Amino acid sequence: MTVKDAGRAVSRTAPRATARDTHRQADSAELIQLLTPEGERAEHPDYPLEISADEIKALYRDLVIVRRIDFEAIALQRQGELGIWASLLGQEAAQVGSGRALRPGDMAFPTYREHGVAWCRGVDPVKLLALFRGVSHGGWDPAEHNFHLYTIVIGSQALHATGYAMGIQRDGAMGEDGDATIAYFGDGATSQGDVNEAFIWASVNNAPVVFFCQNNQWAISEPLERQSRVPLYHRAHGFGFPGVRVDGNDVLACLAVTRKAMQAAREGQGPTLIEAFTYRMGAHTTTDDPTRYRLSAELEAWKLKDPIERVKQYLIRGELADMRFLDDIDAEAAAVGKRIRAACQAMPDPPPGSMFDDVLTAETAQLAAERAEFAAYLDSFADEQRELAREGR
Amino acid sequence: MTTLTLSRALNEGLRKALENNPKTLIMGEDVGKLGGVFRVTDGLQKDFGEARVVDTPLAESGIVGTAVGLALRGYRPICEIQFDGFVFPAFDQIVSQLAKMRYRSLGSVRLPVVIRIPFGGGIGAVEHHSESPEALFAHTPGLRVVACGGPADAYTMIQQAALSDDPVIFFEPKRRYWDKAEVDTDGGLAVAPPMDQARIVAAGTDVTVLCYGPMVRTCGEAAVAAREEGRSIEVIDLRSLAPLDTGTIFESVRKTGRCVVVHEAVVTGGIGAEVAARVTQECFYSLEAPVLRVGAYSTPYPPSRMEEYYLPDLDRILDAVDRTFGY
Repeated sequence: MTVKDAGRAVSRTAPRATARDTHRQADSAELIQLLTPEGERAEHPDYPLEISADEIKALYRDLVIVRRIDFEAIALQRQGELGIWASLLGQEAAQVGSGRALRPGDMAFPTYREHGVAWCRGVDPVKLLALFRGVSHGGWDPAEHNFHLYTIVIGSQALHATGYAMGIQRDGAMGEDGDATIAYFGDGATSQGDVNEAFIWASVNNAPVVFFCQNNQWAISEPLERQSRVPLYHRAHGFGFPGVRVDGNDVLACLAVTRKAMQAAREGQGPTLIEAFTYRMGAHTTTDDPTRYRLSAELEAWKLKDPIERVKQYLIRGELADMRFLDDIDAEAAAVGKRIRAACQAMPDPPPGSMFDDVLTAETAQLAAERAEFAAYLDSFADEQRELAREGR
Repeated sequence: MTTLTLSRALNEGLRKALENNPKTLIMGEDVGKLGGVFRVTDGLQKDFGEARVVDTPLAESGIVGTAVGLALRGYRPICEIQFDGFVFPAFDQIVSQLAKMRYRSLGSVRLPVVIRIPFGGGIGAVEHHSESPEALFAHTPGLRVVACGGPADAYTMIQQAALSDDPVIFFEPKRRYWDKAEVDTDGGLAVAPPMDQARIVAAGTDVTVLCYGPMVRTCGEAAVAAREEGRSIEVIDLRSLAPLDTGTIFESVRKTGRCVVVHEAVVTGGIGAEVAARVTQECFYSLEAPVLRVGAYSTPYPPSRMEEYYLPDLDRILDAVDRTFGY
């Protein structure tokens, strides 16, 4: 019996579920899984995945490094080097699986938590640290890695991804080898008007966009039942396109499901909503205290579904990797951590006058005057400093 | 020279923009087959196709949010918001995304998006159809905000907005859509002043009256009436509200020594307040009187049977002009 069939058998006999049960018992619903929490390969008729041992080892490397980047960033925040950090702990598989499903020409539109996707797109993690350090609001060129800027307002980027996809349509850049976009957002964002409007635009335009919702169960302190009475992937049907729920802690399933949805999009079959069922193992951000609103038992249960551990078990049990490989990856991750830590600590504050840069493509006379006024104001302190120095104070 | 209504002048200007750049798009509610509720986009979908003149779903945030995405892909969308009061569902996308994305990217992205908004009252409409929200946008760094006052400017300014690599909020005086004037469609942009430059509508020596959008015609009429009373009003159409063409404003006020700012929008926190502060700061020793403002009271837009008392008219403008001589 496949996982899918098992889910149906259970739901047929189960009593009417409460909203909370509907959300929590994801494993009894149509959850697409290709690698179990115990590290065993599962098959799914709709998502056959041919993948080599080397490719799985490459995914393992991504997962470990991404977790290390996150770990390092949390430590940097605790040490006062970052203002804040939004941890992706627990969501590594959802991000690496979907991120590695993208082609170079595809465009990704992230929230502020997509550090794993950023890694897959080749964005230097130091750029992410610059944002959370308060040195920039982003500052990378979206076109360089086809990875858009982090969007902090919840859900706005779903419309940007959809508009970009409408541009792909107009460019005639679709087809088997064409482009598509992917919009990332969380469970809380599904309540936003912009996300729902993006669903409508994508649907009526048949735009090549994939909506990748990481349902990590918590929108800061609010559990999913505050956002929805139905499983999130069911929402898609009302908008007229398919929705699927994938084990968000299963990197292979996330890869297969995203790859298929992106391919469908680029070939003109329109959007898909992917609900990656996962869990936010850490706090919402480093300023948050989840002990105020959730039980540790829930966290413990999800620890058993760790996205990295299951890949490790699979590699060891299948004798696809030895300790040497695992140690090498750990060493590489540590080196990445060390590099970004040093880069973060060495990162200078931007010159204050740069706050006037890039407001418009051409500076207005008014802004130029304000820039000059500010520079003169700063200079007046320099004079004062010189005077104090001369007086030997 | 051709005689065109303001609506038609915009239509011709938009046609030029579509002809000149295949990446230019028009999108909004009812802009296609219907040609817009004010017919500004009449016939454009027929000539340029449904991929370039797009009837969108009925959601303003979606219009602007997808325009941002299209701009990131290299397109140049011109969005129509059907009425002033309906721009607010899109306010977040305009203020938090459109206005800030270039800054956020340290200059690596451009957002050449125009948002056309018919604004102002005087048409006997129901609530939300007569508002003047321009100050909210002028207060937002990262946007260019302009208003056309007549057909000639409408024709050239919409083309200049379409050519801008920055986001432009383009206000159209809805009660002047059917005003007619001569438009130099042959000279076009070559002879037009830049979009961010103010224009002296009527030269004068006694008092400077600053205005934009629907008030340009009203202030012009006030200048004619004042002349009969022996007062010489210099009427300046600001045209650009962000940035303000302070050079033209200051030069005039230093000459006349008196300044009145006129707009339909609420006076409190409005464009007039900004102009008054700047004029006071830069022209202090030239001023014979405080800068006065004529505009709406601090109430929501009233039911239309009262709007003639709410909107500035010729008498209120002349009254303010008179008061500047009382100091």
